Amino acid sequence: MAADSLAGVGTADDLALPPRAVGRSRRGVGDRVYRGLILASVWLVLALAGGLLLALGWESWAAIRTFGLRFLITSHWDPVAGEFGALPFIYGTLVSSLLALLIAVPLSLGAAIFLAELAPSWVRPPVAFLIEMLAAVPSVVYGLWGIFVLVPWLRDWVQPALARTLGFLPLFQGPPYGIGMLAAGLILAIMIVPYITSVSREVLLAVPGSQREAALGLGATRWETTRIAVLRYGRSGLIGAILLGLGRALGETMAVTMVIGNRPEVALSLFAPGYTMASVLANEFTEATSDLYVSALVEIGLLLLVVTVAVNGLARLLVWSVGGPARGGRA
Amino acid sequence: MSPAGRRLVSTSVSALTCGAAVLVVCPLLLISGFLLYQGVSAINVDFFLHLPKPVGEVGGGVANAIVGSLIMIGLAVLIGLPVGILGGVYLAESRDRRLPWVLRFVADVMNGVPSIVFGIFAYTVVVLPMRRFSALAGGFALGLILIPIVLRTSEEMVRLVPSALREAGLGLGLPEWKVSLRIVIPAARAGIITGVMVAVARIAGETAPLLFTALGNRFWHQGLDQPIAALPLQIYAYAIAPYDDWHRQAWAGALVLITLVFLASLAARLATRGRIVAR
Repeated sequence: MAADSLAGVGTADDLALPPRAVGRSRRGVGDRVYRGLILASVWLVLALAGGLLLALGWESWAAIRTFGLRFLITSHWDPVAGEFGALPFIYGTLVSSLLALLIAVPLSLGAAIFLAELAPSWVRPPVAFLIEMLAAVPSVVYGLWGIFVLVPWLRDWVQPALARTLGFLPLFQGPPYGIGMLAAGLILAIMIVPYITSVSREVLLAVPGSQREAALGLGATRWETTRIAVLRYGRSGLIGAILLGLGRALGETMAVTMVIGNRPEVALSLFAPGYTMASVLANEFTEATSDLYVSALVEIGLLLLVVTVAVNGLARLLVWSVGGPARGGRA
Repeated sequence: MSPAGRRLVSTSVSALTCGAAVLVVCPLLLISGFLLYQGVSAINVDFFLHLPKPVGEVGGGVANAIVGSLIMIGLAVLIGLPVGILGGVYLAESRDRRLPWVLRFVADVMNGVPSIVFGIFAYTVVVLPMRRFSALAGGFALGLILIPIVLRTSEEMVRLVPSALREAGLGLGLPEWKVSLRIVIPAARAGIITGVMVAVARIAGETAPLLFTALGNRFWHQGLDQPIAALPLQIYAYAIAPYDDWHRQAWAGALVLITLVFLASLAARLATRGRIVAR
C-alpha cells in the first residue's frame, strides 16, 4: 500500500526504524489528511499526464476521422480548401532533428568524455557550469541570434562554400537564402548539445570506479580505460542521452520557427526553406479559422506528443539502466 | 601497438575531446557576446518603465511585458509548487515498489514533452471553456512545465535530509505530517528553493506555450482573465518584425531576459553550494 509507506527514507533506514511502532489505528487525523494530500498530488500529476493525451486526442478527433492515414502521407496543406496533409512538417521535423543529431552527437560525447574522464579536475566544474548555462538560454534568444548572426553567416560564407565544394550533391544545391533546413539543423544542434553532454556526463560518472581500476591495473592508458571499461559499461545510458537530445530537437519550437523559412514543401536540398510540426503550430494555431483547421493542428500536436513520449520513455529507461532512477533524472 | 604508440593515441584522444568541449562552450560565448554588444546600447530607463510605442514611433519600452512575465511566473509557481513539493516528498519517502517508479517515469517523460504541446493542452482546457486568451491560461501552461522539475529536485533534496532528524521527531511522538512539514521540508529548504529557481529559469524564457494562451498584449495587464504580455513573446514579435527599432528592442529584451535567467540559475547554484556532491 502506498499510503503505508511514508516513514523511512531508503532501504538502509528501514532497518533503523522500529517495525511499525505506530499502528494504523492510532494515527491522528492530521496524518491522514497529510497522506491524503500527498497521494492527491501524486495522482494529480498522473492524471495531468493522462489528461494531456485525452484532451489532444479529443480535439483532434475530427481531423483523424476525416483524413485518417492520408494526414500523414500527403503533402497538400491548404487551409482555405480544407485539405490537410502533414507530410512536409513531419519531413521537416525529422530532417532538421537528424541533421542536429549528426552535428551534436560527436561533439557532446567528446565533451562529456573529456569532462568525466580525461580533463584535469580543476577544469571540470567551470566547464560543466558553462554548459549548464548554455542549456538555460531561452529558445527565443537562440532564435534571435539565429536570425541576425547565424543566418547571414550561412548565407554569405558557408552556403556558397558548400555549393562550390559539394555542390554536385543534391543536398547542397539551390540559392543560398541563409534561412532553411541547414540553419534549423545548426541551431538545433547548438541547443541540444548541452543536454546530451550533461546527461552523458552523469551517465559516465555513474560508472563504478572499480571498472576503471580494473582496466588501469591491467596497464591500460587513460583512453583505453575509457573505451574498454567506461564507454562499454555506460553504452545504453549514452544512447539514452542521445535520445533525450533527439526528443528536445523534435519538439523545439521558437528558434526553429525563426530560422527555417516556414514553407510547407518537401525539398531534398538543405539550403531550401522547410517547416516543422512545432513551427506550424506556433505560426498557424491562433489564425486557424475553421474547426477542422484547429483539429488538424491539434492532431499535429498529438503526433508530436506521442513521438516525444516514446523517445523520452525509451531514453529514460536506458539512462536509468546505468545509474538508477535517482541519477540522470535531471536535464 | 608499442607502449609509446598507445600513449600517443591516448594523448591525442584527450586533445580531441578537449577540442570538442571548447567547441561546445563556444556558442555560449558567441551568443552572450553578441547580446551584450547589441543589447547594452539599446537599454535605457525608458525600456524598463514604458509601454511599447505604436508602429513607426521610435522608443518605448517593455515594462508591461516584464510585469506580465512576472505575473504568469507567479501563477505557475502557485499552481505547480505545492503539487511538486508534495510529490517530491512522496517519491523520497515512499517504500512502495510500483507507484513511485511510475510517477518518476511520468515526471521525467513529461519533462521531455515539447512545451508547445502544453500550450495546446492549456488552450483546450482553459482557453476554449473561457472563450478567451488569458493570463490564467498562460500561467497554467507554465505551471505544467514547472511541476516535473520541482518534483524531481524536491525528491533529491528530501532524500539528502539525514534520517536521524526524522527519527528524532518521530521518537518525540510528533505525528508524521508535523515531522514532514516542520522538520524535513525546512531542512531541505535550500535545495527545494534551488529546484524552484531552476524551474523558474526555464519557464521565464518559454515562448511557445504562451503563443496561444497568453497571446500577448501591448498594454498593461487588465486582469487575469485577459490576454497579457510576456517578455519572450515580445522578443519574438520584435525579432520577426521588419523594423530596425524593434530589432534593437528585441536585443535589449533578450539581454534582460537572459540576465534574469542566468541570475536565477546562479542563485540556484549558490543556494545549495556544498550540499550537493559532484554535480
